[in-house]
Amino acid sequence: MTAQVEDHGLLRFLTCGSVDDGKSTLIGRLLFDTKTILADTLSAIAKTSEKRGLGAVDLSLLTDGLQAEREQGITIDVAYRYFSTGTRKYIIADAPGHEQYTRNMVTAASTANLAIILIDARKGVLTQTRRHSKLASLVGIPHLIVAINKMDLADYSQETYERIKGEYLEFAAKVGIEDIRFIPLSALNGDMIVDRGDKLNWYEGPTLLEMLEVAPAAHTEHTEKFRFPVQYVCRPQDSANPELHDYRGFMGRVEAGSIKVGDAVTVLPSGRESTVKAVQIGGIDIGEAFCEQSITLLLADEIDTSRGDMIVKSNEVPAAVKQIEATVCWMAEAPMDRARTYLIRHTTRDSKAKLAAIDHRLDVNTLEKVPAEKLAMNDIAQVTFKLAQPLFADPYLENRGAGAFIIIDESNNNTVGAGMIL
Amino acid sequence: MTQRSTLSHLDWLEAEAIHIMREVAGQCSNPVLLFSGGKDSICMLRLAEKAFRPGKFPFPLMHIDTGHNYKEVVAFRDKRAAELGERLIVRSVEDSMARGTVVLKHEGESRNKHQSVTLLEAIEEFGFDACIGGARRDEEKARAKERIFSFRDEFGQWDPKNQRPELWSLYNARSHKGENIRAFPISNWTEMDVWQYIERENLELPSIYFAHTRPVVMRQGAIVPVNVPLVSGEVANPSRAGEEIIDLQVRFRTVGDISCTAPVESDADTVEKIVLETATTTITERGATRLDDQTSDASMEQRKKEGYF
Repeated sequence: MTAQVEDHGLLRFLTCGSVDDGKSTLIGRLLFDTKTILADTLSAIAKTSEKRGLGAVDLSLLTDGLQAEREQGITIDVAYRYFSTGTRKYIIADAPGHEQYTRNMVTAASTANLAIILIDARKGVLTQTRRHSKLASLVGIPHLIVAINKMDLADYSQETYERIKGEYLEFAAKVGIEDIRFIPLSALNGDMIVDRGDKLNWYEGPTLLEMLEVAPAAHTEHTEKFRFPVQYVCRPQDSANPELHDYRGFMGRVEAGSIKVGDAVTVLPSGRESTVKAVQIGGIDIGEAFCEQSITLLLADEIDTSRGDMIVKSNEVPAAVKQIEATVCWMAEAPMDRARTYLIRHTTRDSKAKLAAIDHRLDVNTLEKVPAEKLAMNDIAQVTFKLAQPLFADPYLENRGAGAFIIIDESNNNTVGAGMIL
Repeated sequence: MTQRSTLSHLDWLEAEAIHIMREVAGQCSNPVLLFSGGKDSICMLRLAEKAFRPGKFPFPLMHIDTGHNYKEVVAFRDKRAAELGERLIVRSVEDSMARGTVVLKHEGESRNKHQSVTLLEAIEEFGFDACIGGARRDEEKARAKERIFSFRDEFGQWDPKNQRPELWSLYNARSHKGENIRAFPISNWTEMDVWQYIERENLELPSIYFAHTRPVVMRQGAIVPVNVPLVSGEVANPSRAGEEIIDLQVRFRTVGDISCTAPVESDADTVEKIVLETATTTITERGATRLDDQTSDASMEQRKKEGYF
């Protein structure tokens, strides 16, 4: 690892809201004010704005990627945008806000560590606001910024801001969302995004970008158990090189926790124990490794290990489960068929799975639990699966990497659902 | 509390790319890594080294050669593959032309988009079930919406409205025979990240990435290199009657088929200077240098639907 001064790593966040809330404008503004948008891109969207008869350059045009989106003026799919402040790199997952796109928001949220929930100051907390917040919390996003936007259309009124903030806090307490920050904005005019502007002087908190610059990155906030799913086994079997002749490297990414030479480990499912002989990247010893690093582990003993196995510390062995309870988001056009067998992919391990029970469905608008017989596209439900193979699972909210899974339909190989183990 | 400081952004991007390459190797039975000798694919080779050394790469390298590539880049491509001791497959658009599967509208037509045909022919010839490529989401609007593991049907087509959901880092590379997965390990990298990585890893590049003097003409506001000598001994991009040829100090930000990549005026002759220039540039990489993307707002999306990378 290179020690880089002034590198605060990378933050992935998502923006929730519809075009009407000014979400695209907000993203456009962030990119524009951090000087990420370059002259030719700007001139292209200026041309389009003019063609559509708009008075000013429409920054929301920056996020419409596909032909159909540009033609219809809508966002269909999650788009990823990038900007950097020099000290931190950002990846924005931009998910469309319409109701039928729950699956897009879950997708965008799955890799994010922070969510910006946009509220139109003229409209306050809407059903959609509650839906987005609930989804963000279900997908385990630890930090929320509630951005009360379009303050320019609400006379930059502190009273309006405070009223909406109160409304939101009341709702958040019910849902159990903890770390929430609030900020008043005008994405259109650029107030409180990167620059403070001069209309919101009553607000003394940090700007949006200042909040993002200090937000914790994933995995830095609490101690985690070491989880290392084996992706690939390296056996060069190079008879010309005696050192490589017996080389057996277990390659993977540290999904949680840390590991160093000498640590006692257990390989699952065999349960065999050994100690770590070396921790490497590209054949070079690095001694120890941390969460999110892709490494190679060498063990002191020869243990038969292959893709799909998991290496853990011997004093932190997870349970092997053949039945899981999970929150599932269904993502396919065809509803889930209770009679069928699906494939569950959890870490690097696959298992056939059958639905055992649907405990309840979550009505994403009322946030009430309702009984359900089937799961259709965009449904979110709490279910129980029976598994053909044991999985080594952690609760999702404790460890995303070892608590998440996808559901695959083997007939067409599509990913049809996403699950979070309870 | 905290177990460690945060990974630097380059370390994070590197770890993600290694993870993706290993997923391809773990999930697919016959993958290939596309290597052109360009800067992005040079980074890909370093990432593959970090992912798989001390073992061999679990895939060969392949280049789809339009026959209109810069000599310096072709030489670099061969040298780099040899240094790594990895197998390099080269398939040529000119062979597809000879077979009649590629027909140019006119002799001067860019061969860039025709690479798709040759690529699909090579996929079929070798039975590849996955191609690993160095495309980045920041390059172009359609790419910003493409998955890291992107499914292509039997005709190599990308269907942007019918993509597989992709969550966490759980990738689905399953495909039936004849179908194909395109995997993009550096999806989340920007042009700046690539240059910073080249600087940090001290990666060697073909000489034309650095400032040099070459004959160019100005066509529709773009700097167009002319009379470029090819490996075959022929000359690409002949200047046209009445054009004024000037010797200009330029460098390439992106390198591809000669007919569609233009250089930028620059005196940056080291990676360090290029990083600086990249930080202060006012034009996007493709905007400055890709003559093929300017045809229409959707030209990349269109090409991808037809099987392009």
